[in-house]
Amino acid sequence: MEHEGERTDGWALYEIFIRARAGLDHKHVGSVHATDARMALEHARDVYTRRQEGISIWVVRSADILASDPADADALFEPARDKVYRHPTFYDIPDEVKTL
Amino acid sequence: MSATATASAAPDAAVAAARVRYVLRLADASLVLAQRLGEWIGHAPALEEDLGLANTALDLMGQARLLLGYAGELEGQGRDEDALAFLREEHEFLNPTLVEQPNGDFAHTIVRQFLFDAWQHELYTGLTSSSDERLAAIAAKALKETRYHLSYSSGWVVRLGDGTEESHARMQGALDALWPYTSELVETDELDRKMIAAGVAPPMEPMAAAWSARIDAVLRDATLARPAAAIYRWSGKQGRHSEHLGYLLADMQHLARTYPGATW
Amino acid sequence: MYTQGLDAAGREPAPPDAASDAEREARFQARVDAEEKIEPKDWMPEAYRRTLIRQISQHAHSEIVGMLPEGNWITRAPSLLRKTILMAKVQDEGGHGAYLYAAAETLGVSREELVDQLLDGRAKYSSIFNYPTLTWADIGAIGWLVDGAAIMNQIPLCRCSYGPYARAMVRICKEESFHQRQGFEIMLKLARGATAQKNMAQDALNRWWWPSLMMFGPSDVDSKHSAQSMRWKIKRFSNDELRQKFVDFTAPQAEFLGLAVPDPELAWDESTQHYRFGSIDWREFEDVLKGHGPCNRERLEARRKAHEDGRWVREAAVAHAAKRAATARVAA
Repeated sequence: MEHEGERTDGWALYEIFIRARAGLDHKHVGSVHATDARMALEHARDVYTRRQEGISIWVVRSADILASDPADADALFEPARDKVYRHPTFYDIPDEVKTL
Repeated sequence: MSATATASAAPDAAVAAARVRYVLRLADASLVLAQRLGEWIGHAPALEEDLGLANTALDLMGQARLLLGYAGELEGQGRDEDALAFLREEHEFLNPTLVEQPNGDFAHTIVRQFLFDAWQHELYTGLTSSSDERLAAIAAKALKETRYHLSYSSGWVVRLGDGTEESHARMQGALDALWPYTSELVETDELDRKMIAAGVAPPMEPMAAAWSARIDAVLRDATLARPAAAIYRWSGKQGRHSEHLGYLLADMQHLARTYPGATW
Repeated sequence: MYTQGLDAAGREPAPPDAASDAEREARFQARVDAEEKIEPKDWMPEAYRRTLIRQISQHAHSEIVGMLPEGNWITRAPSLLRKTILMAKVQDEGGHGAYLYAAAETLGVSREELVDQLLDGRAKYSSIFNYPTLTWADIGAIGWLVDGAAIMNQIPLCRCSYGPYARAMVRICKEESFHQRQGFEIMLKLARGATAQKNMAQDALNRWWWPSLMMFGPSDVDSKHSAQSMRWKIKRFSNDELRQKFVDFTAPQAEFLGLAVPDPELAWDESTQHYRFGSIDWREFEDVLKGHGPCNRERLEARRKAHEDGRWVREAAVAHAAKRAATARVAA
């Protein structure tokens, strides 16, 4: 049975990432449909950068992005919570020592 | 930027008048093509193409406004961009006949766009070295836009030329229908010769050759056949147009002519 | 596990050690209550997902259909600047549709399926776009009133519970404020222009005022989805609250323009600090929603035609990509 989400009529979904300014990371802004990478770049440029929102565009086919499973969030991210010794505030340095 | 900074050293009335007409040719080409593309917005084959065609239209409108403004200054009779756009008659418009052709289907529109973009790319590249500083500046800015338009339209020519049997047939049909309008782009007339002599316009032969070579390369990739040269010579750039311009202007100019002197 | 919800449709329920649905719903509601954002792969009640798909896609359809009444005047705009601005505005509306379809697709539905629902009449879009644009002043009225009403609705949605929808709304709201300003500026020029222009503006206001009030939807007492949507923070204010706010903001603007709002009962109420206004003819609203408005048929026909006429283009693009991919595989 065909699920609602399966139809793409050949125009694949691409996720779009834009670097707003030199020095910043590429940020996810949304998606476009396209049949090839060049079209995806042009579509991304026309849909997401009309107001000088960026200087660089990445397009990635949505199907190629692998993501962590929210069901695994506890196992993936909780264990970092109690490793407070990774943070500088954990350490008690006397005030007289200026440059640490 | 004053008009005097851009005039040639010897104030020759004939050359000055020719310059106005030359700038109007450039302006009207962008204006009329923008008007045609405006008809597509909301009706394109895909949502992203609505945005892409609108982008080209907006760039062309920007070019038209800059060029019309300049033409009005050169003319020195107080006509601004709107006076020139909305109150001139058909025979006073100097766009090449190619750009006033109806949109037809997407094949027609994309072929018309590609033939024009490839031409505008050579022309604006050449104009960046114009003795007319204002024109050179406008061309330098517009060239960035034209490069994107050309990438967009040539991409579609290839996709549709080498797509399905239906798309190929539509593209070849469009190319055959529109090809006769291209001779006007690459041939010099007296106005062109005057402007080339004044250093305002770039020499035609290198531009024509580069244009032709690019057309050949893209058509090859698109598996499309370059049509034979047409016999009839169109002359929109001299103010002799096809029947289509009349309807286009009637639509475009209606409000301005109905309410003379009104501001909007 | 993919970022779009497309792989999750029809999946089996969560593994045996997970909480029961009631517990998960409670945790979900607690997150929403705490103003936490729900993201695409988070667990959500099926009804929440369905409601969002319906609401977001309806919003997207409205933007797309909304390109038509204004697109109608691009070729006839009375100055080059106005033509340019109108092209940019209609382009933006297409862009808004794109952002919203993209947000809807994170919920496990494809844009193609949503477009099919619009074109075969299953999906709704905002009633306002079923009215005709008869004069240039209509373009001003639409920007001023219709976009103004849309902004009332959209600003609260920037804080809605579903992340992709909220983020799309932030982007849309930034763009929408130029839309309203260009509309008001058009009306201002007309109102201060020749008598014929002022009459044009008044006529447009007369025709667009009541349909704009109807945009907010019926009183929430009569609206099916309101209460649950409020709990899920997909809807932040009631229809009546938003409509009242719109009248309070817009009536003084009409006064400034020197134009008369076509409502003899419109009056400032000192005691409530709000404008009183007359009753809306909800029969007209229902008729339009059922497809009997002035332009319902034309709007859908235009969208169907664009879709059908463009079919060979979309198919050719797919065929071309397949050909080039095959060639690349052979070459590799």
